[in-house]
Amino acid sequence: MSGIQVKLQINWPNFSLDAAFEAPGQGITALFGSSGCGKTSLLRSIAGLEPSARGHVSINGEVWQDDQHSIPTHQRELGYVFQEASLFPHLSVLGNLQFGRKRSHAKAQIDLDALIDLLGIAPLLQRKPESLSGGERQRVGIARALAVNPHLLLMDEPLAALDLARKQEILPYLERLHRELKLPVLYVTHSPDEVVRLAHHIVVVDAGRVVASGSLVDTLSRVDLPIRLGDDLGAVLQAKVADIDSQWKLARLDFTGGIFWTRAQQLVVGDAVRVRVLARDVSIAREKPTASTIQNVLSARITDMVNDEQDGFIVVRVIVGESALIARVTQRSVAELKLELDQSVWIQVKSVALT
Amino acid sequence: MLTAEALQALWLTLQLSTVVTLILLVIGTPIAWWLVQTRSWLKRPIGALVALPLVLPPSVLGFYLLLAMGPQGPVGQFTRAIGIEQLPFTFWGLVIASVFYSLPFMVQPLQTAFEAVGKRPMEVAATLRASPLDAFFSVALPMAVPGFVTASIMTFAHTVGEFGVVLMIGGNIAGQTRVASVQIYDYVEAMEYSQAHSLSAILLLFSFLVLLALQMWRPQTKREV
Repeated sequence: MSGIQVKLQINWPNFSLDAAFEAPGQGITALFGSSGCGKTSLLRSIAGLEPSARGHVSINGEVWQDDQHSIPTHQRELGYVFQEASLFPHLSVLGNLQFGRKRSHAKAQIDLDALIDLLGIAPLLQRKPESLSGGERQRVGIARALAVNPHLLLMDEPLAALDLARKQEILPYLERLHRELKLPVLYVTHSPDEVVRLAHHIVVVDAGRVVASGSLVDTLSRVDLPIRLGDDLGAVLQAKVADIDSQWKLARLDFTGGIFWTRAQQLVVGDAVRVRVLARDVSIAREKPTASTIQNVLSARITDMVNDEQDGFIVVRVIVGESALIARVTQRSVAELKLELDQSVWIQVKSVALT
Repeated sequence: MLTAEALQALWLTLQLSTVVTLILLVIGTPIAWWLVQTRSWLKRPIGALVALPLVLPPSVLGFYLLLAMGPQGPVGQFTRAIGIEQLPFTFWGLVIASVFYSLPFMVQPLQTAFEAVGKRPMEVAATLRASPLDAFFSVALPMAVPGFVTASIMTFAHTVGEFGVVLMIGGNIAGQTRVASVQIYDYVEAMEYSQAHSLSAILLLFSFLVLLALQMWRPQTKREV
């Protein structure tokens, strides 16, 4: 059986976890939730670091744990990046990289030199961990976890202990990672930015339970269970830069079902980009708006309407071509415009954020 | 300045302390590791037992060890069964007694060192394919090296300084059980103060240098990445 299947329980006196989810056998899956929700315990249990966890873990057909057996951590083909890099202080950077690599029985797939290049740590190899900056340590930690040729990479808030500048330093490496290595990653985070920027799949954890899981695009456009990343509701779309209008400094983004115009910035035709469209930036009209400053006007169809957590607001899910967007509008506008399910409407998107 | 018997006593002291330190490195390390890792209810009783020689009068410890090693004692009967006639009043009898007497000086610094290493490096090692035993030797031991140095110095120095247990178990046999501290006692008994002086001065200087070495070593033991 391919993909990742997890079903785990922990019963501690003051905390219980009962989490089940499935995730694809490739790409980055975010385990998202507020602090204390159990996402780290879930990740540690998947790694076998919580001996009291019971349940089932299988990774692309390898069963790590079931009702009868649980393989000890050191026999699970995983890589683990801890929140603090936790490098071995008595070994050099190279020694840290080789520690797991020489113990790994996996057929080498990841070339160590390529890995060192990928994470930009070549100049650090002879140094001791205590002389590295926080960002450098975390890059070494990531390289060390990958050097064992894992079948699954587990990352526990790898950026949480770093300041903004260090985060910006590491994020590009993480993006390269998933572009260049075909490796499933479970990525624990409470940061909406990291989810939107990195994840393809999301598992939302709350109070030790999985409350939603699925592809990022689908899950974020659900209205039956609106997933707020931080304070904002919003959908995520996968798009491609199709044209650059150099006169107006705009870029045309094509997605399945429509186009957006956005600031050209440094975009190049052919770039794959991910855009986040916040629900509050989407407005709905019955007639096609003509003279408007808003450039992005799209034909859409209403598929869902749900009362928002906040009184007086309604969350509306619309389909544009094959893509889903969500809009957050007042109840009064819904009544005045007589909006209803399956209705064809026009949506105006004030701005889209490239992630 | 030093008489032949004083030199002999010093030499014996050195042998005894070295052997005891080496034996305790082997015995004390697993005990300390177990005390740090275990969640068993035995942790506290065993910890107290290990610490006992710190507060027990050496004569009490020596008395029980003497009984145990005597012809009627369990240890004595065992050694007799394997062909060792007698342990009390021999060098190896002294070694065994000193191992008990100095046990806390090895175990406690090691325990502190292993606690300082913490669980995380062992978890990291497990995620890097190291079995628990492998991780102990490749991670916990090297990270606890400062603790091993401290523990060895403390054990060695403490064994050099023991007196009561030696008298109870070893008596006062030249070349076999007459260590430096006993020799000093002999000199004083015999009113040979100048001899007692030189030997005492050597031990005083030695103890000071040991403690000085420990102080110098300490600053390097900070680490935690």
